[in-house]
Amino acid sequence: MSSTILITIACLSALGLILAMVLYFVAQKFKVEEDPRIDDVEALLPGANCGGCGSAGCRAFAERCVKAAELDGLFCPVGGNPVMQQVAARLGKEIAEAAPRVAVVRCSGSLDNRPRTSIYDGAASCRVMAGLYSGDTACRYGCLGQGDCVAVCPFGAITMNPRTGLPVVDEQLCTACGNCVAACPKNIIELRNKGPKSRRLYVSCVSQDKGGVARKACSAACIGCMKCVKVCPFEAVKVENNVAYIDFNKCRLCRKCAEACPTGAIVEVNFPIRLPKEVEVEKQA
Amino acid sequence: MKKTFALGGVHPHDHKISAGAAIEDFPVLSRVYISMAQHLGSPSEPVVAKGDRVKVGQLIGKPTGFMSACIHSSVSGTVASIEPVADLAGNKVNTIIIDVEGDEWEPSIDRSQTIVREITATKEEILKRIADCGIVGLGGASFPTHIKLTPPPGKKADYLLINGAECEPYLTSDHRIMLEMPEQILIGARLMMKALDVKKCFFGVEENKPDAIASLRRFSSEYPEIEVVSLKKKYPQGGEKQLIDALIGRRVPAMGLPIDAGAVVQNCGTALAVYEAVQKNKPLFEGIVTITGDCTEQQRNFRLRVGTPFNKMLDAVGGLPEQAVKLISGGPMMGKAVANIEAASVKSTSALLVLTEEQTKRKPQTQCIRCGKCVQVCPMGLEPYLLNKLAKVSRMDELEANRVQDCIECGCCLYTCPAQLPLLDNIRVGKGQVIRILRSRPKK
Repeated sequence: MSSTILITIACLSALGLILAMVLYFVAQKFKVEEDPRIDDVEALLPGANCGGCGSAGCRAFAERCVKAAELDGLFCPVGGNPVMQQVAARLGKEIAEAAPRVAVVRCSGSLDNRPRTSIYDGAASCRVMAGLYSGDTACRYGCLGQGDCVAVCPFGAITMNPRTGLPVVDEQLCTACGNCVAACPKNIIELRNKGPKSRRLYVSCVSQDKGGVARKACSAACIGCMKCVKVCPFEAVKVENNVAYIDFNKCRLCRKCAEACPTGAIVEVNFPIRLPKEVEVEKQA
Repeated sequence: MKKTFALGGVHPHDHKISAGAAIEDFPVLSRVYISMAQHLGSPSEPVVAKGDRVKVGQLIGKPTGFMSACIHSSVSGTVASIEPVADLAGNKVNTIIIDVEGDEWEPSIDRSQTIVREITATKEEILKRIADCGIVGLGGASFPTHIKLTPPPGKKADYLLINGAECEPYLTSDHRIMLEMPEQILIGARLMMKALDVKKCFFGVEENKPDAIASLRRFSSEYPEIEVVSLKKKYPQGGEKQLIDALIGRRVPAMGLPIDAGAVVQNCGTALAVYEAVQKNKPLFEGIVTITGDCTEQQRNFRLRVGTPFNKMLDAVGGLPEQAVKLISGGPMMGKAVANIEAASVKSTSALLVLTEEQTKRKPQTQCIRCGKCVQVCPMGLEPYLLNKLAKVSRMDELEANRVQDCIECGCCLYTCPAQLPLLDNIRVGKGQVIRILRSRPKK
C-alpha cells in the first residue's frame, strides 16, 4: 500500500522535474528580447487605448516611442505635454512642447437657425443617414445630429444639446484624440489649438454652397462675403469654396473678424463678454 | 410546382392597384432637368452649351468612362443652363436644364407604329447601337447595357434571362409593357441573344401577372428559343442571383457576377429599350413610370420623358394628397425616399409611390433576441443579425469573413425583423466600407 503511494510520488516528482527542465531550456532558447523601456513608457502613458496617437493602443505607442530615433511626430493627445515630457526624459530624447488642442464642432445649424425640410426616422446613426441622403435640412454640409461623435468619444466629452440638436464638446474632458473627427461623415469636427487661456476663434460653418443658397438654408451660415478676410490684420483668414477658414497658427485673437461677420458664423470661445461701444467710452472717460 | 429561388425571401402584399391602367403619354412640360448622372459610372460630360437648340433624341451628354453612358435630350427646345441641381437625395448633380419649344424629333428616329421584326444588324452593330442610344439597365442599378452584353474575355454566357418578375409591391410598369408591347420585348430579347451569341433565353414572370404571361406566350410560340416561365410569387425574385437560381437552378459564386454562372440577366424594360434603339433608332429618353399610392386620387402608368420633376408627376394623379407623408422613387422595398420633391426623374425611374403616415410609421425598436428570422429570409444565405452587430462596431475582417459583400440590399431582413431593428441600414454602411477595402487591395 505504502509502496504504491511512494512510487506515485516519485513518478510525479520525476515527471515534474523533467518538464521543468524542458520548459527552462525552451524559455532560454526562444526568449523574446524586449526593451525594458517599453514597459516603463507604457506605465507612464494614460492607458486609455483610444488610438488618438495613431497607434493601436498604448503599448504599440510605447514601442514606437522606444524605437524612434526622434520623438517628433509622436504625441499622446490624452496625456498631453506633461506625459510626453516624462516619456522623453525616460528615453533620453528631446521633444518640443506641442500646443494643446481641442475638438471643435464647426456647425451652428441649430433647430432655430436651420429649418428642417424633411423628417428622418431611420437608424439613429450619422453614417447611415449620410449614406441615404444629404440630410434633413436644406444644407447638405451641416451636422446631421444623430450623435456618432457622442457614441465614439471614449472620454464622455461630447453630449448632444437637445435644444439646438448639435453636439457640444466639454473642453475639460476633451483630449483631442480625434475619434470624433474620424467618425463625423460630414467632416465638421476639427482639432484646433486650445489657445491662450483657452480663448479661440473659429468659423462655425463648412457649407461650400454659394452665399445666397447657404443663407437660405441656415441663418448662421458662412456666406463667403470676404469681410473677415479684409478686416484681419494678420492674414489669418482665407475663403476657399465659399467658406472662410481661420488659420489658428496665424490668428492673434483680435476678434475683428467676429465683429465683422454678418451672420455670426465666427464663434468666440472663453472671451470676456464684449461690452457695448458707449459703455467702453464711458469707462475710458 | 412553380419555380422560384431556393433560399429565403418574403411575401409582401403586392398592392398592384395600378395594374389595370393602360400606358398613357405624359404631357411634355415647359422645362425639364436632365441629370448627367443617370448610370452607375462617372457622370457624363455635356456636349451642348447654354443657348443651344436641341431636338428630341439629340445627344447632349457623352460618356466619360468605362461605366458611363450617353445621354440624350428628351425634349426639343433651348438649353437654359447647365448647373448642379439637387437630386432626389439632395446631392448636387450636374444637370442640363432645357426650356421646351414644340416637340421636334430627330428625323432619324422611326416614330411609326409598325413592328420591325427582321433583325438585320450584326452583333457589333447591335452593341454599338445600344451604346450610342445610352441604354442602361432599367431594373434599378442603371448598369450600362452594352457592357453587360460584352462578357469579359474567357467567359461565355449560356443563357439570356429576361426579368419580368416585378416582385416589388405597387410597381406595374413592367407588367403594362409586357401586356401592351410583348412582341417588341421579345424582339429586344432576340437582339440581345444575337449580341451575346446565346441560343436559349428564359423569360421569368411572376404568377400574379397571368395576362402578361398569356400575351407573351402568344408571340413567343413564334420564337422557340425564348421560353416564358411562370414563377411563384416571392420577393426578391427580380434580383439577378435569385432569378438565375429560379430559372436555371445555378448559383452565382460568392463575389461573382452572373456571367460566372453562365447567365446574363436583363430587365424586360431594358429589352424594350434595346428593341427601340436597334430597330427604331430611338435613344433612351423616356420610360414607363407608375404613379401610385393608396391615398392618391388615381393610380396610373405613364410614358414619361426623362427629366420630369416629381412634383409635376404628382399633378397627373390629382396632386399631392393631404395625408401623404412620404414619397418613394421606385418600389417600397428597394426604392429611395424622395427628400427633394423638385428633383427630376432619370432613365431608371420606374415609379413614384405616395405613402401615408399609417404606412410609414415605424414601430418602436426593441432588442435582438436572436430569433433567426432574418437568417431564414435572407436570399443570399447571410446572417443579418450578426452583420448588423459587426457593422455597428466596424469589424471589417469579420464582416468580410461573413460575406457582407454578397448582400444584395433587398431589405428582407429589415422587413421581417420582429424587433424593428434597422439591420440593412447598418449592413449597407459596413458593406460599403468592406468593398472599398477589397478594391484597394492589390490583385493577386
